[in-house]
Amino acid sequence: MMKLSLGPILWFWSKQTVFDFYGKAAEWPVDTIYLGEAVCARRRELKPDDWLDLARDLKACGKEVVLSTQALIESEADLRRLWRICDQNEFMVEANDQSALQVAISNDVPFITGPSMNVYNVATLKVLAKQGLQGWNLPVELGREALGQLIDGLKQEGVELPSEVFSWGFLPLAWSSRCFTARHYNLPKDNCEFRCLQHPDGMELRSRESRELFRLNGISTLSGSRYDLMRELPDMERMGVSTVRLSPELQGMDEVVRRYDQVRRGETPDSDPLQLVEAPPCNGYWYGKPGMDQVAESVG
Amino acid sequence: MELVCPAGSLPAMKTAVDNGADAVYFGFRDSTNARQFSGLNFNDKRAAEGIEYAHLRGSRVFCAINTYPQPDGWEQWKGAVDRAAGLGVDAIILADMGLLDYAANRYPDTPRHLSVQGSATSYEALAFYKDIFDIRRAVLPRVLSLDQVRGVAKHSPVELEVFAFGSLCIMAEGRCYLSSYLTDESPNTRGACSPAKAVRWQETPQGLESRLNEVLIDRYGEGESAGYPTLCKGRFEVEGHVYHAIEEPVSLNTLDLLPELQALGISAVKIEGRQRSPAYIADVARTWRQALDHLAAGPEAFTVDPAWKNTLSGLSEGGLTTLGAYHRKWK
Repeated sequence: MMKLSLGPILWFWSKQTVFDFYGKAAEWPVDTIYLGEAVCARRRELKPDDWLDLARDLKACGKEVVLSTQALIESEADLRRLWRICDQNEFMVEANDQSALQVAISNDVPFITGPSMNVYNVATLKVLAKQGLQGWNLPVELGREALGQLIDGLKQEGVELPSEVFSWGFLPLAWSSRCFTARHYNLPKDNCEFRCLQHPDGMELRSRESRELFRLNGISTLSGSRYDLMRELPDMERMGVSTVRLSPELQGMDEVVRRYDQVRRGETPDSDPLQLVEAPPCNGYWYGKPGMDQVAESVG
Repeated sequence: MELVCPAGSLPAMKTAVDNGADAVYFGFRDSTNARQFSGLNFNDKRAAEGIEYAHLRGSRVFCAINTYPQPDGWEQWKGAVDRAAGLGVDAIILADMGLLDYAANRYPDTPRHLSVQGSATSYEALAFYKDIFDIRRAVLPRVLSLDQVRGVAKHSPVELEVFAFGSLCIMAEGRCYLSSYLTDESPNTRGACSPAKAVRWQETPQGLESRLNEVLIDRYGEGESAGYPTLCKGRFEVEGHVYHAIEEPVSLNTLDLLPELQALGISAVKIEGRQRSPAYIADVARTWRQALDHLAAGPEAFTVDPAWKNTLSGLSEGGLTTLGAYHRKWK
């Protein structure tokens, strides 16, 4: 059976909200939990040691825990946090940037690559496997066809590397050294008043014709539609995908996890409406189409 | 500091060389480079002619193969590395780890430069590429502030090249998927951002509209000058306000920073714009050549000649220039 994972929280939530969320997640049928700040260096509600304590608690609850790292590493302070995360031997690290690859490799910490790592072909995975790679995420802009070729290619090369697919949630699409939330409030980034705390699901960016395009989330830009590959799970299982990733949201996450768990077990998921932040669905990337598209027909 | 200029065609390459480029960079006529535009770029014959022209005049030539091959494109991209090496380029500009590995093993004597698409924003990331692929030089992303460039330069294990002039990307390059989210092409997969095939212009009673795959990117009132609908430079609505929610349509210009960049030990300044005309390349190359020569004569006496600024302003997107992302404060 495929594993279910909870990706790192991409939004900025208060310390208590984070603790409450993982308190509940400890009871959910997810196998792997990614912990840590993956977006903005200024988000310090939890210190690295808080994350490590949380990691130990969740491990004690039977979860596999992976420590996530920032997708954009720019400053010496960013590096210090990265060094701290890789200065331990209890947990695997999710490298979301080449800086993390270097630090994990030199510290001999087992690592996987996150969805923002530039992994597009088998040769890349072979290079990283030689350096200690334990698993990899499909970049969000790639779909079924590339995934199938990558999994088959690895098999042909005799390289065993579990693959993970970002399958549910708002897609992380871009990172900048600029902050779009601060920009919206006309604040300098370095004095942003932590406005992201007021937007636990980001800020909607629409076209002037009111079409949902993106969600602004501090320095990161996410999709305006919610990616949902639930009905593709049987197909993924056939292809040999190891882990299905769900990206945390504040509302309704327990129900989402439950349905994905039902589907991976071959059961029919509950059909009553989910209590989620409103957003259109999308699955275009999976079918090699523009990411925002919603392709109607299932191949599974 | 070396002046590195873009060449989208043989005339542009010759022009760049004639106007003082120390090095020129080009790509092949396909998706293997990050400026895939129809009618642009080089076949092998043209590339060979350009390389000979440049070498005879003491300029170096780099070949950009800086998109990310997927499994079904691997042979084509690998073939591009073979072609570049066979042509005798002075360096190959690469981003993909698989291709870097191939080039390092197959052509160890052809220097490898890390493309800006390789997303290296720290010296740890540069050390990764240096240790594993023995890159000689890296191009830094345009997202970094000058302070951050300073931090990277202080500990960099490789030569550094920074963007000096041209279009401004404000997202960390090599991992921006905004374009493939709205269209089916991105810089990583196809070497295209906001591809022309998806662009539609339309006059409406509300004004001139620019669309990308039918998504309204901007609408221009009377007297407003319209720019190419690069999706991050459009006007959108956030919480009831319509504004340039991601980025203004401005260009990058680091002329004022030249003495500082030199003091940091930056090896080269790069001009963006393989999609530009030979006339544009001539003006930009000549201006930057003058500035660099002036700088070489004595950094303490360096001042920006208003004539250079005028020339560059006239060539800029939206008619504006800024210090871009190298400058931290904004709005």
